[in-house]
Amino acid sequence: MSNVATKKKRPVYLNLVQIRLPLPGFVSILHRASGALLFVSAVWLLFMLDRSLSSEAGFESVRHYVGFPVVKLALLGLIWAYCHHFCAGIRYLFLDLDKGVDLPTARMSAWAVLAASLALTAFLGAKLW
Amino acid sequence: MVNRAVTGAHYGLRDWLAQRITAVIMAVYTVILLVVLLVGQPINYGVWQDLFKQGWMRVATLLFAASLAWHAWVGVRDIIMDYIKPTGLRLSLEALVLLTIAGYLAWAIQILWR
Repeated sequence: MSNVATKKKRPVYLNLVQIRLPLPGFVSILHRASGALLFVSAVWLLFMLDRSLSSEAGFESVRHYVGFPVVKLALLGLIWAYCHHFCAGIRYLFLDLDKGVDLPTARMSAWAVLAASLALTAFLGAKLW
Repeated sequence: MVNRAVTGAHYGLRDWLAQRITAVIMAVYTVILLVVLLVGQPINYGVWQDLFKQGWMRVATLLFAASLAWHAWVGVRDIIMDYIKPTGLRLSLEALVLLTIAGYLAWAIQILWR
């Protein structure tokens, strides 16, 4: 029987400030953060959808409002959050189906998610403005 | 001892599966909407209003909103379960999130069928 004193202390608490997150872990926490951000921001997006569909004047006021640099930046952030959540989510669907679970593939797909979501954000941002 | 709190995960497969199915529904809607917006005419009020007046668009958007509601509930509850330990606080936050989601959904329906 193993000696209780020599056993490792459980549970192990990781120091999140010092820990170096592997790339798939980085994508994972961004998936969570972007999801939370989108949930909180939904009220703002609904507000803009509501205004833009309410009347011609409402539509123009939203268009004017979206033209402000600060609003633009915030919206671009949300577009990125949506794109990242979308791309990472598709990656997780494949992982759930047991596709691409080996480490090299998982690392590569994590890179692909980061790159694709940034490229999509740039593309949509350019299209919008 | 099995510690089953009222704010627990209910240890089920249903939410896990629902989150994935709703994700696929939303992904399909997103692609369709993007194609419609990018391929169609430049967006002005008339185009924008006509788009959301069409029956298929209303139904598709409602399906998206309902999927989002369920998806977000599972996701946000997961976050709450990971970081908020006291049962009372967790239950309060979960109730708040549910109310928020119900409000979002009702508002979305109101916007679509005004």
